[in-house]
Amino acid sequence: MSREEVYERLTAVFQEVFDDDSIELKDETTSEDIEDWDSFEHINLVVAVETEFSFKIPMGKVITMKNVGEMVDIILSLGK
Amino acid sequence: MRELEYPFDAEWIVKKKKSIKRQLLENAESSFLDKKIAILGGSTTNDIKNILELFLLNQGIRPSFYESEYNQYYEDGMFPNPQLEAFAPDVIYIHTSNRNISEYPAVTDSREEAEAKAKRLVSRFEGLWNHLFEVYHCAIIQNNFEAPYFRLMGNKDASDYRGRVNFIHRLNQAFYDFAENYGNFYIHDIAYEATMYGLEKWADPYYWHMYKYAMCVPAIPETCFQLANIMKSIWGKNKKVLNLDLDNTLWGGVIGDDGAENIEIGQETSMGQVYSEFQEYVKLQKSIGVLLTTNSKNNEDTAKAGFERPDSVLKLEDFTTFTANWNPKSENLKQTATNLTLLPESFVFVDDNPAEREIIRMECKGVAIPEMDAPEHYVHILDRSGFFEVTNLSEDDLKRNEMYQQNAKRQQEEASYANYGEYLTGLSMQGTIRAFEPIYMSRIAQLTNKSNQFNLTTRRYTQAQIEEAATDPLKITLYGKLEDKFGDNGVVSVVIGKKEQHKLHIDLWLMSCRVLKRDMELAMMDELVERCKEQGITQIFGYYYPTAKNGMVKDFYGVLGFVKIAEDEDQNTVWEFDIEEFYEKKNHYITVNGQ
Repeated sequence: MSREEVYERLTAVFQEVFDDDSIELKDETTSEDIEDWDSFEHINLVVAVETEFSFKIPMGKVITMKNVGEMVDIILSLGK
Repeated sequence: MRELEYPFDAEWIVKKKKSIKRQLLENAESSFLDKKIAILGGSTTNDIKNILELFLLNQGIRPSFYESEYNQYYEDGMFPNPQLEAFAPDVIYIHTSNRNISEYPAVTDSREEAEAKAKRLVSRFEGLWNHLFEVYHCAIIQNNFEAPYFRLMGNKDASDYRGRVNFIHRLNQAFYDFAENYGNFYIHDIAYEATMYGLEKWADPYYWHMYKYAMCVPAIPETCFQLANIMKSIWGKNKKVLNLDLDNTLWGGVIGDDGAENIEIGQETSMGQVYSEFQEYVKLQKSIGVLLTTNSKNNEDTAKAGFERPDSVLKLEDFTTFTANWNPKSENLKQTATNLTLLPESFVFVDDNPAEREIIRMECKGVAIPEMDAPEHYVHILDRSGFFEVTNLSEDDLKRNEMYQQNAKRQQEEASYANYGEYLTGLSMQGTIRAFEPIYMSRIAQLTNKSNQFNLTTRRYTQAQIEEAATDPLKITLYGKLEDKFGDNGVVSVVIGKKEQHKLHIDLWLMSCRVLKRDMELAMMDELVERCKEQGITQIFGYYYPTAKNGMVKDFYGVLGFVKIAEDEDQNTVWEFDIEEFYEKKNHYITVNGQ
C-alpha cells in the first residue's frame, strides 16, 4: 500500500464521518482544522478507519497520534 | 430507511450517522411525534444519544435530549435539578452497566456480607427510581447489568455467592422484582444484547479506557436499536399484524404443485422441522395479541388444505383473516387492512420472495418488510426486529384475537339483517360512559397514543397527564366502553374538554376503529351534552387538525350538527355547537350507563 493510496482511502473515510465532501487531508491536518472533529467524533473516526483498513489500532498508538501524517504512518506500519 | 432495519451494518451506521440523520429529516413523509428523553449515564452517552436518535426518527419519533454530565446519573437524578425539571422529560433512560457496580463480594465475605452488598446497591437504585417517579412523573427505562468481563473463580463464579457472575444475577433479579411492581418502569436488557453480540467483543476494555464507553462502539447501534424498540412500543408505534405468505414461508414447497401431502412441514424431515418451528413461533406471536393474516397466491381451497394436515402447528382458526387468491399482494394487504380497520403501516409482511417484497415496498408505505432469506433464519429475523416489542402486556392484548373473532361474528350477523338499524338493535349494545376512572388510566393513555384515524386533534397524553386531566376541575373527561352480545370491546372512546365559563373547548375526541358504525360516537355526544348542561355550559367548540391519517373525521363535527366557524390555510377547522334546552338524543341503539 502506497502513501498516496492510504491518503485516498483515508480522505474518503474523513468525508463520510464528517459528512463533508470538501475535506482535504495533509500531513499537518489536526482536529483543529476540521470543525466537527472533537473527542467524540475521534472515536467514530478511529472505528471507521479500523473498518476501512481491516485492523485494530492498539490503544497506545491511538493515544499518541498527533496529526493525520502520524495516522498515515500507523496505518502503513500496521498494513504490512 | 432500509439501512436502519434489522439486520443492519452497525459500523456503517456509526460512520454515516450524520448523513443518515440528514436524510431522515429531509425524507420524512409525515409529521414526527416529538418526545423528550433524558439520558442519565454511568458512562459516555454521546453516541448512544446520536444513534438512538436515528432509530427513533426512523420510527417517526423526533427526540430532543437532556444528557447528564459524564457518570453523574445518580447525582443528576437524585438532587434538585432545575434544568431537568424545566426539560420535563417524557422518559428517563438510566444507562448504567457493570462498570457502575462499586462493590463486589470479596472471597472472604460471608453470605450475609455478600447479600448486604447487593442490597446496598439495589436500594441506591430504588431510591433513585422512586425519587424520579415522584419528581418527573414519567416512564423510566433502566439497563440491567451485563455479565462481567472476567471470572475470578472460572465456572464457579456462576454458582458461588462470592462470584461476580452470581452477584450480577442477583442484582438483576432485584431490578426485575421492582419492574414487576411498577407499570411505568422498563428494563432494557443489555445483558441479552451483550450475549447476542458476543460479550468478548462487547466488553472490549479498549473502549472503556479510551472513551469510557460501557460497550464497544460498533455495538452501540445494537443497543440503541433495542432501546428504540422499547420507546416506540411505549409510544404506540408497534406493529399489530403479521401478513404471511404460505409457500416456502410457512411450509416448504409449493402446495399448488406438490399437493398438501407433499409440502415440507412436521417432524419427518429437517426442512419440515424448520418450518414447524417457525409456525410455532408465529403461533406464539398470536398469544401476545398479534393478529395473523395470510396473503398467498393460491386457490383458497388448495391453500387451506395445508393447515388441515394433522401435523400443521397453525390451524385455520388461528388466522384472523385468510386471503389466498391471484390478486396482487399489495391489493390483498390493503384490503385486509380495511377489513380489520387498521392502517397498512401496522403490518409486517412476511414473504420469502424478494419480488413480492419489492411490490409491497413500492405500493404500501410504512409496512415493515423483513428480509426473509432462509427458513432457518426466519425466527431470528422476526424476533430481533422487535416489531411487536412488549412493554405492557394488557388484558386487551391477550384478548385481541378473541375480539376480532367476535367482530367476524358481528359481520356475519350484519349480513343476515336487511336493515342496519335492526342489526344494531340485535346487538343489544351496552355502553358505559363516565368521567375517567383510575382502573382505565393506562388504557386511556394507550388509546391517545395509538389512535390515528378516528382522532380529531391527535394529541398524545402520558398516563400522568391523563391522571391530571381527571382531577382538573376545569376539564370534562369522558371514557366510553362498549359491550354487546358477542363480547366486550373494552374502552374504545375518549373525550377531553376544557371549560371556559359557559364554553367548552374539545381538546381531544377519539375512538377506536374497531367500533366504527355502531353509533358509539353519538352516545358520547349525548353524554357530553348532558355533562355540559349540568355545568351550565351552552356552547361546545370542536377542533379538527388534519393529519395524513385522520381524513375519516374531517366532517365529523358537521355530521353531529356543529357549524363550521373557521378554517385556516392548513385546513384546520373550528366548529361550534349551541346546546339548546331541548337537546334531542342522537343515539338510539346503545343503552348507556344502564338506562
